Amino acid sequence: MVSPLSNLFGQKFGLTERDLERYLSEALSKGGDYADLYFEYLATSSISLDESLVKSATQGVTLGVGIRVLSGERTGYAYSDDLSPERITKAARTAACIASGPATEIVQGLKTAEKRNLYPVPVLAGDTPLEERVKLVKRADAAARAYDARVFQVQAVYADSVRHVLVATSDGRLSTDVQPMARLNVSALAREDNGVPQRGYSGGGGRIGLDFFSGSHSPEAFATDAARQAIVQLHAVDAPAGEMTVVLGPGWPGILLHEAVGHGLEADFNRKGVSAFSGRIGQQVASKLCTVVDDGTIASRRGSLNVDDEGEPTQQNVLIENGVLRAYLTDKLSARLTGGESTGSGRRENYQHYPMPRMTNTFMLNGESVPEEIIRSVKHGLYCTNFGGGQVDITSGNFVFSASESFLIEDGKITRPVRGATLIGNGPESLKHVSMVGNDLKLDMGIGVCGKEGQSVPVGVGMPTIKIDQMTVGGTR
Amino acid sequence: MSEALLRDVASLAIRLATERGATDAECTIAEGDEFSATVRLGEVETLKEAGSRAAGLRVLLGQRQGSSYTSDLTEEGISQMVDAAIAIARITEEDPYAGLPEREELGQLTGDLQLFAEDVPQVAAAARIDAAKRAEATAMAADARITNSEGAGCETYSGSRVFANSRGFLGSYSSTTASLSATPVATAGEQMERDYWHSISRSWAGLESPEEVGRKAAHRALRRLGSRKIETCKATVVFEPRVAKSLLGHVFEAVSGESIYRKSSFLLDKLNEQIAVETVTLIDDATIPGYFGTSPFDDEGVPSRRTVIIEKGVLKNYLFNTYAARKLGAKTTGNGARGLTGAAGIGHGTLYLEAGTQTPEEIFAAVGTGLYITELIGFGVNTVTGDYSRGAAGLWIEDGKLSYPVAEITVAGHLLDMLKNITHIGSDLEFRGSTCAPTVAISDITISGK
Repeated sequence: MVSPLSNLFGQKFGLTERDLERYLSEALSKGGDYADLYFEYLATSSISLDESLVKSATQGVTLGVGIRVLSGERTGYAYSDDLSPERITKAARTAACIASGPATEIVQGLKTAEKRNLYPVPVLAGDTPLEERVKLVKRADAAARAYDARVFQVQAVYADSVRHVLVATSDGRLSTDVQPMARLNVSALAREDNGVPQRGYSGGGGRIGLDFFSGSHSPEAFATDAARQAIVQLHAVDAPAGEMTVVLGPGWPGILLHEAVGHGLEADFNRKGVSAFSGRIGQQVASKLCTVVDDGTIASRRGSLNVDDEGEPTQQNVLIENGVLRAYLTDKLSARLTGGESTGSGRRENYQHYPMPRMTNTFMLNGESVPEEIIRSVKHGLYCTNFGGGQVDITSGNFVFSASESFLIEDGKITRPVRGATLIGNGPESLKHVSMVGNDLKLDMGIGVCGKEGQSVPVGVGMPTIKIDQMTVGGTR
Repeated sequence: MSEALLRDVASLAIRLATERGATDAECTIAEGDEFSATVRLGEVETLKEAGSRAAGLRVLLGQRQGSSYTSDLTEEGISQMVDAAIAIARITEEDPYAGLPEREELGQLTGDLQLFAEDVPQVAAAARIDAAKRAEATAMAADARITNSEGAGCETYSGSRVFANSRGFLGSYSSTTASLSATPVATAGEQMERDYWHSISRSWAGLESPEEVGRKAAHRALRRLGSRKIETCKATVVFEPRVAKSLLGHVFEAVSGESIYRKSSFLLDKLNEQIAVETVTLIDDATIPGYFGTSPFDDEGVPSRRTVIIEKGVLKNYLFNTYAARKLGAKTTGNGARGLTGAAGIGHGTLYLEAGTQTPEEIFAAVGTGLYITELIGFGVNTVTGDYSRGAAGLWIEDGKLSYPVAEITVAGHLLDMLKNITHIGSDLEFRGSTCAPTVAISDITISGK
């Protein structure tokens, strides 16, 4: 085909299928085994409110192409932010140099991959009038302040983006996708008299349009939640220190799974034998109550993708089934080297980076316990409902995640709020102490970001209420 | 593009913005070339080579402001960026404090700041691969218990930054960075531990030798083997330089003018108060030639300078950009910082804690019993309240010496107490990166374990 492709890259830059074949052939001209092209066009906008004023707003566009060549275990990578044929050819030749030999692959006849649409958005958020988007931050500000007179600072940020991607691979696959994203974040500070201020955070979003921000996702709902957390913290007591029973609430506390098992199950670490989970497929790594999946196919979720950043369709991957480790999250490189199949987990931050195995939406499936019954079963412990970030050392398996909202459980009842504290555990061990799993699975609100080797990607997490009999809580008391 | 051409592009953006109705405008352009090589188990794993550039623009329409960015530096791309900024500025609200620095505040340091080393762009691809291979090989050969490797990497970067505004400022500078790291894995029975060492320099010649990097990385991974979890207790904690610098980062966040005007800092209303022990002097200096925090001007075109934040334990200065300064009736301290895509924020130059007199070994001896931390993980620090709680790993100090390794614990306290409970500051200050600290010992920290 010599006529321009029917997507944005064809329309805006005249890119044809023949061009793609030519660049791929160029990339394999030194004897590489495999090559792919990742074209990206990203348009973003954001609106920030601070001190009840819309103080700043930004919009912009970046575009480029990343070219990867694989030769055995080696990766050659080059990118260009100039989509002229000369610059793309130069990048292809640069990446080609990872191999040294005669061209082995002839690339022709790209097959357009079947399409699905996990994020049908009638009107992109970025195409709605800016005034409509401004209203979201103004409404959030008003609602947070109206919640309680002790709220004295509110910041609200609305951001949306649309990413057009095209992936062409030397094994003959051509995939395109248009990936919308929008989110609203609210932060509130509350103070009593002249005491120490406390902060609350909330927000939500996903691969959605502006209509998402209503009902339980309204600016008022997020703002009220942020204000409520700040107010609760005003009377929080110091967090306890030491090992104790911990109950994690549904939703965002699923970040436990992301840190405790998710990263450790990424195939690159396991192929290299440097993860605490390496060589443990088929072993019991969690209590029988735990089934953990990573699912990139849930409609409209922040971590979902029609195709991953290597052009492979995402899927639901069962990582842990009834406590037994079942699978790793794999990209094409790790799949090639281990004789497996990609699990649709190859992701990258943008065209300037090569893909690696990453999570999408990671969550634990429902158990049978009623949440209230879980709380009632605890004599003395901690109930955590909100978390900030987490981090893991995948080799030792030690991980942390920081509770931003938690409460003491005394004699089966939720009593006093406690101040922020870090929880620490060991990946392959911690989930063995899960003794109850609730029936109230909830996914997070859609504002999560995961970092790995300097690359950030949007992700989701989720969990029902769970009880962990033994976990170290890093308070001071 | 040459630096001269980039300056022309920035000037064009300013001219178009003012012609199209902006009352003020400023434009930042960054361009860079990156080369990296990673090796694993003696074989090349990845090679990456690329150049990129982008421009960011902020415009003011009276007291409203908007910004935009683009990676398209053609005349058409710049024109679209200008239109986008003006369009989005219209939806913002009038902010009486918004604006560029005054003309007399603009300027730049002259003389050679030694940010650019000729030897970096000249490094051959084979030399990067060789350095990474040698670093990894040294780590692998250090001990039979080093059984695996996450690899070693060598990266070089050279780039330019240009800044122009509608009040007559036009400046640019080029800089280089070279880095080398290795991450070996040590094994003993069931236990597997990794650690890394990383050397970074403005020049290729300034890097630690690959063998040095490999040796240090291996030593760090090995000493973690056999770690235990300890009982929950209160103890003196000694932060090694690599982790001590994170404490400086928390103080920086709390003295940043944005945290102050939002009243979201544990150091609010504490100017001229004794907030730390007398041995603490914390400085932000963006003027020292060759250092990582150095630049001729900040991201608003204000000359870089040296600011004493804490002097002998007394909080002397907050750090401001133009906006935060105006909000608080002060003057910018030349700490304006901005990426290409976001709004202007506050950054630091080389942020460092002045060295003390004792070596780390003398500090261990003086502490007697305590915890030496070599790694901190997680984000459990709240600079609004000062609450501090992070995951840690390190070595237990017994009889004044390092003994067994410790892991899967947390350390917690309150930053205000921690600053006052600093008992020792080491003499081992080295300037790696833009935040630098010597060894720091702090008493009465809660260690949570078993």
